[in-house]
Amino acid sequence: MDLTVRGAVKRFGAVTALAGVDLDVAEGELLTILGPSGSGKTTLLKVVAGFEVPDEGSVQLGSVDVTLAPPRARDVGMVFQNYALFPHLTVAQNVAFPLEMRRVPKAERQSRVAEALALVELSGYEARLPRQLSGGQQQRVALARSIVFNPRLLLLDEPFGALDRKLREAMQLEVRRLQRRLKLTTLFITHDQEEALILSDRIAVMNAGRLEQVGTPSEVYARPATRFVADFVGESNLFDGIAGPDATAEVPGLGRLFLAAQAGTPGARVTLLLRPEALRIGGAADPLANRAAGQVVETVFLGLSVKLRIQPEGGPELLVRLPLRPSEPPPALEGEIVTVGFAPEDVHVIRQA
Amino acid sequence: MPRARRRGSAGRIALTVLAGLVFAFLMLPLLVVFPISVSSASYLQFPPPGFSWQWFQRYLDDPVWIEATIRSFKVAVLCTLLSMGLGVPLSFALVRSRLRAMRIADRLVAAPIIVPNIVISIAIYSLFARMQLIGEWYGIAVAHTILALPFVVILVSAGLRTFDEAQEQAAMGLGASWPVAVWRITLPQLRPSLISAAFLAFVTSFDELVIAMFLSGASMTLPKKMFDNIMLEIDPTIAAVSVLQILLATFCLGLATLFGRGLVPGAGRN
Repeated sequence: MDLTVRGAVKRFGAVTALAGVDLDVAEGELLTILGPSGSGKTTLLKVVAGFEVPDEGSVQLGSVDVTLAPPRARDVGMVFQNYALFPHLTVAQNVAFPLEMRRVPKAERQSRVAEALALVELSGYEARLPRQLSGGQQQRVALARSIVFNPRLLLLDEPFGALDRKLREAMQLEVRRLQRRLKLTTLFITHDQEEALILSDRIAVMNAGRLEQVGTPSEVYARPATRFVADFVGESNLFDGIAGPDATAEVPGLGRLFLAAQAGTPGARVTLLLRPEALRIGGAADPLANRAAGQVVETVFLGLSVKLRIQPEGGPELLVRLPLRPSEPPPALEGEIVTVGFAPEDVHVIRQA
Repeated sequence: MPRARRRGSAGRIALTVLAGLVFAFLMLPLLVVFPISVSSASYLQFPPPGFSWQWFQRYLDDPVWIEATIRSFKVAVLCTLLSMGLGVPLSFALVRSRLRAMRIADRLVAAPIIVPNIVISIAIYSLFARMQLIGEWYGIAVAHTILALPFVVILVSAGLRTFDEAQEQAAMGLGASWPVAVWRITLPQLRPSLISAAFLAFVTSFDELVIAMFLSGASMTLPKKMFDNIMLEIDPTIAAVSVLQILLATFCLGLATLFGRGLVPGAGRN
């Protein structure tokens, strides 16, 4: 393992920012820490970077324990939220800074700066000042500066937050490409679940100072371990119910639902997750084992798909997302009563602690 | 909207007039001092009856004036070094510390500005007399540092407060120790504040009379010599010296403007 965090605890006065975090990042892996603000992800990053010392637990880079080491003694490159470029230094001087701090001889410094700038496609911008660059270009400079000294670990702290959507998507792909090409072990911090799904080898979902689940994007999306993960990653229909016999569950308002497997000991409380794209309406719903009738409360046109809110009588509101071809008419109108259905294998069971 | 536009321009005219009046008020003394310094009369008379460089000549020829000038320079330079050397680290402590005591200390920094100079002078006099520092130029510099320090701390900590600390962290994350990060990243960006602070410290000392009267003894600083000149002779030499002082201050201010430029305000937030 390239980065190993064991039992990290960090308190600020009465607030516990990290409540015992264990984390392993493999060599060349891009692991995303995903969590809402205040979940402790920034504190975890600071502990890994060396800006904070954990109250308990340890941080290892490779086989070296760096828990108490200052940032400069760790081989970690970091891209800050607002890039933190040095405004009084040129692009080349910014990128050369970590090399200078490591006493790399001047000739080598120049060639490595040129190399790093070529990697982020900013050759020719050496003499510019950061304020003369666009947001995306500044981001590239920050990236070049953080990888120019071949760090053991790259830390990205919400690096795309300041960019507009188009640019953000382009930069995400570029960072991903670069990270794969250089096989950089990367820890990426974000609160944007969509970004996490796109970029990550694995995602660690963080809440209230703990990691709720660590897994690949598809695992985290399709089989969330906790209700929080199910709710935070992607859109979801979440029902509280009681496990019944023979792979069924009783949900107030929806009646008996058929599941793919036994949900738990009969009578146990369970949470059921149903992703909106798993639902079908009208004729497509007829062959499915779980069905209900409901009124379409709202339809939202999203281009690729259409989102419906359907209210079954006396039951919980259902969020439905249906794919849409450009030539197709909308599948249902607001106010219409439709049949809505879903297959047993599309229901994911979250056992309650 | 022509009406709004007209109102805007009326406001602008009023503002210009006000600025002009304030400016004139500030500049009026110069309009008196400059002509008198080149007066042909042998006493302070305005308007001067004729033109002559004689008072400048007298200043340059008089070793007592020159000695006082050199002494004042030495005092002001040492005072600047001391107040910067103490004030810049103090500003870091005041701005960056999380201790509540520092917040109180932050308010106390202005104390020397509030306490009357004469009180400070008397206090220092009795202390320095015991330490046999009366008449020593560096004693005056130390005393002036008390007056200059608040200006330095107020200016530098204001600059430091607007500085984005994340940059220092970034530098440390990239391999710098904290002192190196401060030296390479923070201080260069505080340059405008640092230069203004040094300028103010220098001028505070170079211009200071009350403390100098108590502490300088026989070895006078320039303001003390000017004061004595008024008491004893009242000739336009003092106007000539004033003009030279004003030119020096203007020159320093010009340098400060020249070297304090080149940084965007709020660049740290990019």
